[in-house]
Amino acid sequence: MRSIRDQLRQAGLAGIHTKLLQGRRLTFEDGMRLYRTPDLTAVGYLANLVRERKCGATTYFVRNLHVNYTNICNKRCKFCSFYAAPNSTDGRGYVLSPEEAAARVAQYAGEPVREIHMVAGINPKLPYRYYLDLLQAVRAARPEAQIKAFTMIELAQIARVARRPLAEVLPELKAAGLAACPGGGAEVFSDRVHEELFRAKLDNQGWFDVARAVHAAGIPSNATLLYGHIETEEEKVRHLLHLRDLQDETGGLMCFVPLAFDPSRTELSHLPVTTGYANLREIAVARLLLDNVPHIKAFWIMITPAVAQMALWYGADDIDGTVSHYEITHALGTTSHRQVLSTEELLDLITEVGREPVERDALYNVIEEPLGVRRKG
Amino acid sequence: MRITDGSLATIEEKILAGERLSFEEGVRLFREANPLQLSSWANLVRRRLHPDELVTYVVGRNINYTNVCWVQCKFCSFYRRPGAEGGYVLPPGEIFRKIQELLDLGGTEILIQGGLNPALKIEYFEELFRAIKARFPIHIHGLSPAEIIYLAKISDLSERECLARLQRAGLDSIPGAGAEMLVDEVREQIAPHKDSAAAWLNLMRTAHQLGIPSTVTMMYGSVETVEQRVEHLVKVRDLQDETGGFTAFIPWSFQPAGTHLPEVKRASGFDYLRTVAISRLMLDNIPNIQASWLTQGPKIGQIALQYGVNDMGSTVIEENVVTAKGAVFMVPLAEIERLIRDAGLTPARRNTRYEILPA
Repeated sequence: MRSIRDQLRQAGLAGIHTKLLQGRRLTFEDGMRLYRTPDLTAVGYLANLVRERKCGATTYFVRNLHVNYTNICNKRCKFCSFYAAPNSTDGRGYVLSPEEAAARVAQYAGEPVREIHMVAGINPKLPYRYYLDLLQAVRAARPEAQIKAFTMIELAQIARVARRPLAEVLPELKAAGLAACPGGGAEVFSDRVHEELFRAKLDNQGWFDVARAVHAAGIPSNATLLYGHIETEEEKVRHLLHLRDLQDETGGLMCFVPLAFDPSRTELSHLPVTTGYANLREIAVARLLLDNVPHIKAFWIMITPAVAQMALWYGADDIDGTVSHYEITHALGTTSHRQVLSTEELLDLITEVGREPVERDALYNVIEEPLGVRRKG
Repeated sequence: MRITDGSLATIEEKILAGERLSFEEGVRLFREANPLQLSSWANLVRRRLHPDELVTYVVGRNINYTNVCWVQCKFCSFYRRPGAEGGYVLPPGEIFRKIQELLDLGGTEILIQGGLNPALKIEYFEELFRAIKARFPIHIHGLSPAEIIYLAKISDLSERECLARLQRAGLDSIPGAGAEMLVDEVREQIAPHKDSAAAWLNLMRTAHQLGIPSTVTMMYGSVETVEQRVEHLVKVRDLQDETGGFTAFIPWSFQPAGTHLPEVKRASGFDYLRTVAISRLMLDNIPNIQASWLTQGPKIGQIALQYGVNDMGSTVIEENVVTAKGAVFMVPLAEIERLIRDAGLTPARRNTRYEILPA
């Protein structure tokens, strides 16, 4: 494409283009440039070069279920509309027993689910045994699905209630059914943001300590970035570079997921909703800086199916899944109006924009023979 | 659709050289171009036409003077048949109140549209427009071609006479609504009682000849083919060569919910963005491409600024036709300005003649 060369030059991105073609790694300054240029197409073009080099037109999707086993949480993060404080008396707080969680995943027995995504609040009353029982019960209810569960924050809590080092606890969780970790709770690796928005949560160093232990135990994970609140561009670039360093060290990251902050019903409800530009740019910059992370996910629940579809040309190669029962972000009107997409709708989104859908499990193994799904294109 | 694909290179050469694209090339863009190609090329053309990087909008208000209509388009959930319950004609006092509210907010344009109501003849509009112009310094952007064609018929006037009388009474410009797809095979399926494509274009030709400018729309995503979309674009481009009277092109997607064609799948974000971009590339003689916030929402509406859009249309205070169909996006002025700035562009208020107004 000849037209893009002028555009890259005008956007000040020609040097980055050259680096990419030579397979050289991008710097902090490159990251800042990618955030600051108004030319979203040029950034998308560069991200797509990397995306197509890594996996061509392949776009991963998963048939998944979400289980949020408790909303009781003692962290009081300002950006969260999901939690109920442990001492609150408004009746909103709940805990699913292992049997209830198992019954919930069994509800969707007719659907060929491959991944069960399970995250929740930090509920100080839950004992170590609860987590093992939860994993075993859910696995017994859906043995064909892999369980991707527990943010780094929850894992730190599990080790705390087990009163043992995390390195000892992880093999037990793995034996009980834990296949992968979703990597959430990273928010933004900035002491300033941590202090202001999620002071009670595991600090940034703590997140990395847990992630290292998880990867060392042979459990792969994702990583996230919560953007669109009070973070700066510098903080986002540093966040991504910290993750790149971690990945150089452990190789345990499967996928990076930029999470668009939804201010509605949080303590930050005065903030505007993230823009379509911001949604595409976060995906593109992540694809470019995280050269060692295999996958970048466009999480359609947070950025709308329309933007997630476009993101498949701005660096994303994963569009998450059909998602049954998602409870963390409920906002109406600002993010996605819908919480569930059928497999057919998901396949249509992917094929319409010229990408090739490939079904995966939680570990990115390709499902060669999808169960009872009509493949298109 | 691969970014490394060298196909479409000849089309790209023409775009870079500023040459006109053919029907076949338009079809190829729909079939083969990937989003980044379309974005890059449409951006290039937008910058060529609008080097100041301004994104304009007009502060206006829709006034749906009547919802009575006998046409019964399958995609419309706004109309009531003559004599049916729920039909209305707004009293003049109500219309004046709406205009005053708009002027108080700094608005400059009213969009007056309604249905084909057999009770309202030319005298009704002449009196209404004169009364408005006598009271308010406001631009009347009003009456779609279908309304004017019908009005001429029931008032026993030629279209030219009808338009001239409306113009003398105060009509300033015409919205390009009801163009739908300017292809009769499509019109017969989605709006069998509406005028033919030729009749719609003819009415616009006459209006332009009288010095009444207009916009032009395209409603895609119902039952048409890609070729028919391009046919629509080429017909619009041909008439523009002849008259120069079109100020802006406004593609919007068919909204199946609540219509008689609910089985049609709602067009995607990608379909909107590629349609906008290809419109920008094909319509080399129309200065402005307008976004459709109401049907696309703020996220895709903003991304469209990288796909050839340079105008945000009217910041809407009221839009009965689309909301009755279920699209509920309302974007206030401050939010429009934020989205334009967030995209690295400069917002500017304009009037209906696309002249920039002082900030």
